[in-house]
Amino acid sequence: MFECLKRTLAGTLLAGALALGFASGAWAKVELTMYYPVAVGGPLTKVVDGLVADFMKENPGIEVKAVYSGNYNDARIKALAALRAGQPAQLSVMFSIDIYELIEQDAIIAFDDIVETDEERAWLNKFYPALMENGKTGGKTWGIPFQRSTIVMYYNKDAFRDAGLDPDKPPATWDELAAMGKKLVKKDASGQVQRWGVMIPSTGYPYWMFGALTMQNDQVLMNREGNQTYFDAPGAVGALEYWLGLGKTHGVMPEGTIEWATLRQNFLEQNTAIMWHSTGNLTVVKKKAGFDFGVAMLPANKRRGTPTGGGNFYIFKKTTPEERTAALKLIRFLTQPERTAEWSMKTGYLGTRPDAYETQALKDYVAKFPPAAVARDQLEFATAELSTYQTGRVRKLLDDAIQAALTGTKSPSEALGAAQKQADRLLKRYR
Amino acid sequence: MSFARSNQVHIYGWLLLMPAAIFLIAFTYYPTVATLAHSFFSDGTALRPSVFVGLENYKLMLEDEVFWKVARNNFWFALGTIPVSVALALLMAVWVNGRLPARGLVRMAYFTPTVLPMIAVANIWLFFYTPDIGLVDQVLGMFGAPGHNWLGDPDTVLGCLIVMTVWKESGFFMIFYLAALQSLPPELEEAAKLEGAGRWYFFRRVTFPLLMPTTLFVLINAVINSFKLVDHLFILTKGGPDNASNLLLYYIYEVAFSFFDEAYAATLTVVLLAVLAVIAIGQFVILDKRIHYR
Repeated sequence: MFECLKRTLAGTLLAGALALGFASGAWAKVELTMYYPVAVGGPLTKVVDGLVADFMKENPGIEVKAVYSGNYNDARIKALAALRAGQPAQLSVMFSIDIYELIEQDAIIAFDDIVETDEERAWLNKFYPALMENGKTGGKTWGIPFQRSTIVMYYNKDAFRDAGLDPDKPPATWDELAAMGKKLVKKDASGQVQRWGVMIPSTGYPYWMFGALTMQNDQVLMNREGNQTYFDAPGAVGALEYWLGLGKTHGVMPEGTIEWATLRQNFLEQNTAIMWHSTGNLTVVKKKAGFDFGVAMLPANKRRGTPTGGGNFYIFKKTTPEERTAALKLIRFLTQPERTAEWSMKTGYLGTRPDAYETQALKDYVAKFPPAAVARDQLEFATAELSTYQTGRVRKLLDDAIQAALTGTKSPSEALGAAQKQADRLLKRYR
Repeated sequence: MSFARSNQVHIYGWLLLMPAAIFLIAFTYYPTVATLAHSFFSDGTALRPSVFVGLENYKLMLEDEVFWKVARNNFWFALGTIPVSVALALLMAVWVNGRLPARGLVRMAYFTPTVLPMIAVANIWLFFYTPDIGLVDQVLGMFGAPGHNWLGDPDTVLGCLIVMTVWKESGFFMIFYLAALQSLPPELEEAAKLEGAGRWYFFRRVTFPLLMPTTLFVLINAVINSFKLVDHLFILTKGGPDNASNLLLYYIYEVAFSFFDEAYAATLTVVLLAVLAVIAIGQFVILDKRIHYR
């Protein structure tokens, strides 16, 4: 039945594309279709439409159709379905970690093969290196960062005061997190917990949170080629043991898994004093928190660390040279420092390049609202998000292992060992 | 003359069937056959075209621990939802079929969960089940019970889904029972009263047997739904923790659209179709003998 669904979808897209082709008689104009997903709340489609309209005003020879295409998963499915139907879009914003999947499907072209001038080549190096990690493999650049985020620590300053802690000194190490967490836990007369110390979500994207913990333990989860994972490395096992211990040993976090979708509510209802979450939540928390809150970098063990997240620009392979040039022009336009700054302020996503933070607009914004700069400052310690060949499967292996450990069905080393073994089996043929 | 005439009748008949047949073939039979065929091929990418592998996908499936876990989950999910929701539906139908004040309101109240989209329902229940601040824990807290991580505990997560599904489904089945109850002739009840039959006896020997065609219909629907309804998983658990609440169709979705392994997804789909076909045929054959159609 999914077959059917997909065929129908592909058919519809094909029909639509054909109709468009016949309808437009203007051959001189280069027409671009761009898919883009929206993964966080807020009127992002309007922001994108505005940016695209600005671009067309400056470039009358290029007609851009920006098509909102659901979440990251939907966007990938739509793009690949259109590709199979023979009528792909020319460019798309997709999950940064889809890179290996898209390369394997021979769907995208590297930016190195499109750029012509030295200025364009220099442009490829204008972004934060940490944000480029998920866009590069095999010595080539396949994705340009656009809507990108990291994990940050939100904490309730009122709760810190209530527990006798300094509200301007959030925990900076694992030990401090556990120790302060203990002080932040509040129980009622019967011993029931009314406020937890910390919550790290473990549904939805457990591998993402785990990527932060392992990085803090000075261990990455995979190699640059995307064909080797390090799930059972001592650093990774230690990270999972610490995560499990926050609930089991230290009693500062509820045991079992913690729901991603309701965590923000838990924090806003002061059911937990600290939460780890995406920077994408910053604007909502700012609007809704009925208490004094702060945003801090994630704590360190051997070092600080967080994975990046979010979406990159890709250009599809089935395009004419004119379309590629036009697509490159559009991407360069959308990643100009001023536009990047505007995009960052309107969404909460990171400014993807250092010079965006040098613009007056973003400077003023950061001065007025310092938490907006935490994610940027943390970029220095950031690493790539888990992304390999067979990425969906490999990610799920890790997700399942983390959840098995957190719910107590398996020990951390046992769960991660099994996941590593299966990941090896999947990735062997890519080595 | 009869030959030409019968030919004409045939053509006429086929023409009448054609519109429905075209849609059935395009959207039901062709995809079914294509799925079956696809399950014998390896998954292809642009760089590695798909090749015929025979039964290898099926062998892989038998070795796939997640598949077995998902199959077991689906079995318990079906067993937990079907009898309870059908029994509850019958009970509610008998209740709102009687004379009671504000009958229309009660009927509507029972039917409301059916009207709500599953995604909306799941979003509501997500907050019911939230540890400590959720409705369930708030109510239990009044009796001094400690907070519980309902959806985060592999032992309770499937039960939580079952409760929610029963709540969502039984109102829908109630409507069918209610319609059937109202079509029963009132003479039967009067006659039974004259004979001195008790209410329970009357229900057991008259009402229930007369409802059997409805029961069969409802049962088949319930079975299909227990395999078909997975919308709530997207919101509530995504199949977690560690596949403790993963169901077959959701797993197929994951394999097809998250892992992009179309061949394996096709294999799983074939198994799902086979299971559903066997159950439906079994229900017809076994229950049909015991059903009294008027």
